[in-house]
Amino acid sequence: MIRAALRSLLARKLRLVMSTFAIVLGVAFVVGTLIFSDTLNRSFTALFASTVGDVVVRPVGGTTEAGGPSSATLPAALVDELAALPGAARADGNVTAIGVYVVDSDGKAVGGYGPPALGLNDNDAPAAGGEGLALVAGESPVGPDELALDQVTAESAGYQIGDTVPVLLPRGDPDRIEATLTGLVGFPEGGSLNGATLVVLDTPTAQDLFLDGEEAFNDIWVTARDGVSQEELAAEASGLLPDGVEAVTGDAAADESADELLDAISFLTTFLLIFAGISLVVGSFLIVNTFSMLVAQRSRELALLRALGASRVQVVASVQAEAAVLGVVGSTIGLGLGVLLAVALRALFAQVGLDLSGQSLVFTPRVVVAAYAVGILVTAVAALAPALRTVRIAPVQALRDDVALPEASLARRFRGGLALFVLGCLSLVAGLTDLLDDVVDAGGWFTGAGVLLVLLGTTAMSPVLAQPFLGATRRAYAAVFGSVGNLAGQNSLRNPRRTTATASALMIGLTLACTMAIVGDSAKASTDRAIEQNFVGDYVVSNPFGGELNPALADQVAAVDGVASVARERFALAQEDGDARALAATDRAGLALFDPVFVEGAPDDLVDGTVVLKEDFAADRDLGVGDELTVTVPAGEQTWTVAGVIEDNPVIFTPVLTTIGTLEAGGFPAADYVLFVTAEDEAGATARDGLDDLVADLPVVSVKDQQEFAADQRAQIDQFVLIIYALLGLALLIAVLGIVNTLALSVIERTREIGLLRAVGLTRGQLRRMITLESVVIAVLGALLGVVLGLGFGVSLMYAVRDQGLEVISVPFGQVAVFLLLAVVVGVLAAFWPARRAARLDVLEAIATE
Amino acid sequence: MTVPPTPAPTDPPAPAAQMTAAADVAARVVGLRKTYGRGEAVVRALDDVTLELRSGEFTAVMGPSGSGKSTLMHMCAALDRPDEGEVWIGDTEIGRLGDKALTLLRREEIGFVFQSFNLVPTLTAEENVLLPLSIAGRRPDPEWFDAVVDTVGLRERLGHKPNELSGGQVQRVAVARALVSRPRIVFADEPTGNLDSRSGAEVLRLLRGAVDDHGQTVVMVTHDPVAAAYCDRVVFLADGRVVDELRAPDRDAVLEIMTRMTDAGEASA
Ligand SMILES: Nc1ncnc2c1ncn2[C@@H]1O[C@H](COP(=O)(O)OP(=O)(O)O)[C@@H](O)[C@H]1O
Ligand SMILES: [Mg+2]
Repeated sequence: MIRAALRSLLARKLRLVMSTFAIVLGVAFVVGTLIFSDTLNRSFTALFASTVGDVVVRPVGGTTEAGGPSSATLPAALVDELAALPGAARADGNVTAIGVYVVDSDGKAVGGYGPPALGLNDNDAPAAGGEGLALVAGESPVGPDELALDQVTAESAGYQIGDTVPVLLPRGDPDRIEATLTGLVGFPEGGSLNGATLVVLDTPTAQDLFLDGEEAFNDIWVTARDGVSQEELAAEASGLLPDGVEAVTGDAAADESADELLDAISFLTTFLLIFAGISLVVGSFLIVNTFSMLVAQRSRELALLRALGASRVQVVASVQAEAAVLGVVGSTIGLGLGVLLAVALRALFAQVGLDLSGQSLVFTPRVVVAAYAVGILVTAVAALAPALRTVRIAPVQALRDDVALPEASLARRFRGGLALFVLGCLSLVAGLTDLLDDVVDAGGWFTGAGVLLVLLGTTAMSPVLAQPFLGATRRAYAAVFGSVGNLAGQNSLRNPRRTTATASALMIGLTLACTMAIVGDSAKASTDRAIEQNFVGDYVVSNPFGGELNPALADQVAAVDGVASVARERFALAQEDGDARALAATDRAGLALFDPVFVEGAPDDLVDGTVVLKEDFAADRDLGVGDELTVTVPAGEQTWTVAGVIEDNPVIFTPVLTTIGTLEAGGFPAADYVLFVTAEDEAGATARDGLDDLVADLPVVSVKDQQEFAADQRAQIDQFVLIIYALLGLALLIAVLGIVNTLALSVIERTREIGLLRAVGLTRGQLRRMITLESVVIAVLGALLGVVLGLGFGVSLMYAVRDQGLEVISVPFGQVAVFLLLAVVVGVLAAFWPARRAARLDVLEAIATE
Repeated sequence: MTVPPTPAPTDPPAPAAQMTAAADVAARVVGLRKTYGRGEAVVRALDDVTLELRSGEFTAVMGPSGSGKSTLMHMCAALDRPDEGEVWIGDTEIGRLGDKALTLLRREEIGFVFQSFNLVPTLTAEENVLLPLSIAGRRPDPEWFDAVVDTVGLRERLGHKPNELSGGQVQRVAVARALVSRPRIVFADEPTGNLDSRSGAEVLRLLRGAVDDHGQTVVMVTHDPVAAAYCDRVVFLADGRVVDELRAPDRDAVLEIMTRMTDAGEASA
């Protein structure tokens, strides 16, 4: 007796544990995503705050394309003048250079594509945010033979204080130094460089190496006295500044850089937000599903209570009370698990170069609120519907053996789902096309809402939509697996709502995976096509980190045996009426190689001080040969004469093309971005060997032919797609656990039936096969729905952005097939534990179960 | 096939007297013991039970609640294992069989009708009837299937799911399922326990017919002397022991023994 009672309690406990588990998963998912996005934002905010002083004094004008400092400098004397201002506490000059690479102990440059490799002078100027970089270990570097590194870089390169560190310099003489590591810098109050690397030198050394020995600075930070505002100090400073130099408040400067950086990561944060939303939906499905089953299983107990005189309200309240307890417990555990999830996400992003390890996790109150709101509210709602259904039927009816709870009609649900679906499609159309752009500017929201509505609509419709599939599967199963197959098929049809709700988690995960597969594949196809069209010459010499090349390199390349010609290309940004304009510059060889079609003018007319414009750009401004274009560049305002107008050309990305001399006269640094190498006829191999030899000891220079270049570009896209897949992997994991949960609960629910089947001769193996088949139907159903939706989303998304350089829509059918296959594997794996549990049931006890 | 004339429930039939002594044994238990719990709470559900169940015989097992009837059924039907003693189904002793062999034995040699929850709710009546065969991957003998279906009178109901059937119909489907694989022996644990007397009588007539017309061996647990009167033999259990036995029982003889047992129970209590 006692044992029987214990067993029944244990069985019930298991149900409780499993429904709590659903809540834990749902909450953990939301919490993990939120914490990670907060951490990401915080680390960028810290970075911005640390990159400005109270007032920043800097040259007016453009920056290089890579976002580096202007090549115009400020005289050192200005620092003392600014420090003497009545409102100034102090003034400090900064030297900043990009393209300063640390070489690790294996001889490879540290860092990756994207985050900059910075060289700085050592000063202890306080940043406006009060959270600036500071020495966290060792001593400040003094003299040309000492340097400091940021902690993360030192660690990843394998250097400790006292080691000798080789550093590559961006240009000029020398192009490499070696110095002793004396100290480490970092953000003592938390913050991350997000993958940027820092090399810190003392001021004279930095000036020597980065500013050709000039006693000057790239910018000056002025610190305000107590009680003096940033605006007041900026106004004071403006008074004594020469032409071409401006004073901006730290807040304004931080906003500028924040805007730039946030632009760059906005895709990521948007994606994470969408992901959090979707995780919320998936988590909620899981909870609703589990709770419906839990209450349905208790319907007899509840009916008994009703028969004994409990009112409907009392019964519903008792279910709600239980839901609340489970919600609180589940949310609390989920909160903890979510933190671990965020740690995992951080590790994941570190793998692809977004290193946040300097930033401790940010745990805001909103995360806690979200966790409990999700856990408790969703559970309460999930418990309400089945509880109401239970009390709606007469108690006697519920006491029968086979209780059939009344369900809202599937037809009505289908109509509601269809409405949501249509609404979602309309919203998608509004978001992806420019139909409504004149009315409201909310394309992103339309798209997001559209995706969500379509997903929800499909989920609501799926019990009806899935009927033919489930019916066909049952027949196919019966044909292939006989009676066991028939039983499995019938089980999945028994409660199509439950089957489809369980499948919907997988559906959502696969929808996104499929969409992303199409985006990634199309992006790769588009890149391939673009490279095919605009790869000129035989080899491209560039900096794989996205930085600049030493200008001396072009001559060295030209001298290599077998090289016929070398064309240089540079990029820069200039200001035109306050807007940034991209410029490209090249030489004669380049112009010959790019071979633009001149509408007006001729190639030979392009000389220093003139520009060639693309047709659209010229037409917009009504410019023709002989007219003038005025821009602001580091050297100040410049007026260039239009020498020609050209047709659109796939090789020339920018609207304005000029000469290398023009850029240098404009104050842009002498640094090439890309060298296009043409080999002499039949000397390809010789040229290649020579080029490889030349760059062998230049860790930041690479030589690539067309295939290699394309593979490189594809690798970048792959890396991006990989992050998304990893995130989706998490979503899939949750989906799998959802299936496990549903199956395990349904095994408990069907204990008697399983006992009966075993009694009439079903072997353990057959029972396991039956449950596995059941699980596979669920998984394949979810996968099919997901793939169909994903194809829809992916293709329409790519269609919408076809003007933005992604013209090719490519569907990776192989990958889609792999997804479906994976779904089968997922189904088999998910069934493992529930099937084992079912097979281990004691036949007699199972039959005797109430 | 024609349904044999069967007596009205109020007028129990004359048992098949032509049982031959040489009839072979369908199942046999020897020295069966089963205890549940331990220490103070130990229950001897079966205490040294030895019994032969002959082929083609309809046996009733009777006894007060808790006397071990169900336990005995479960042992014989290879649903559970005894602590001590032997269970023979035909020539097979089940004591040494593993789970797989036991399952196959149940599938091939044994039919079982429970008091309730006999059918798989997702399957139609027909699929339920054919379940043991289809699990085994065997095709039903169509003539036999038709015969069974007609006997239980469910031809119209074959496509229905269990929740569309009445309690009596469900039990008839269960009987059909137990018969359709032509098992060596059918066990029924209070098959009429949940039925009204009319539906109960139908089920009993079915079982009787199977014995008479097809030589099926049936063992049934019942509380009802009227039901017992359908049988060829009644075995009485008390406190896990066989205490009495009756051949060709009629209602009054059964009632008499039951009363005696109750008195004895009260006297010893
Ligand atoms: N699984 C079990 N655990 C503990 N005791 C049991 C179990 N099954 C049966 N019993 C006990 O064994 C005895 C015989 O039970 P049972 O065979 O079901 O009796 P009957 O069917 O004659 O009413 C009863 O006392 C009962 O309580
Ligand atoms: Mg019993």
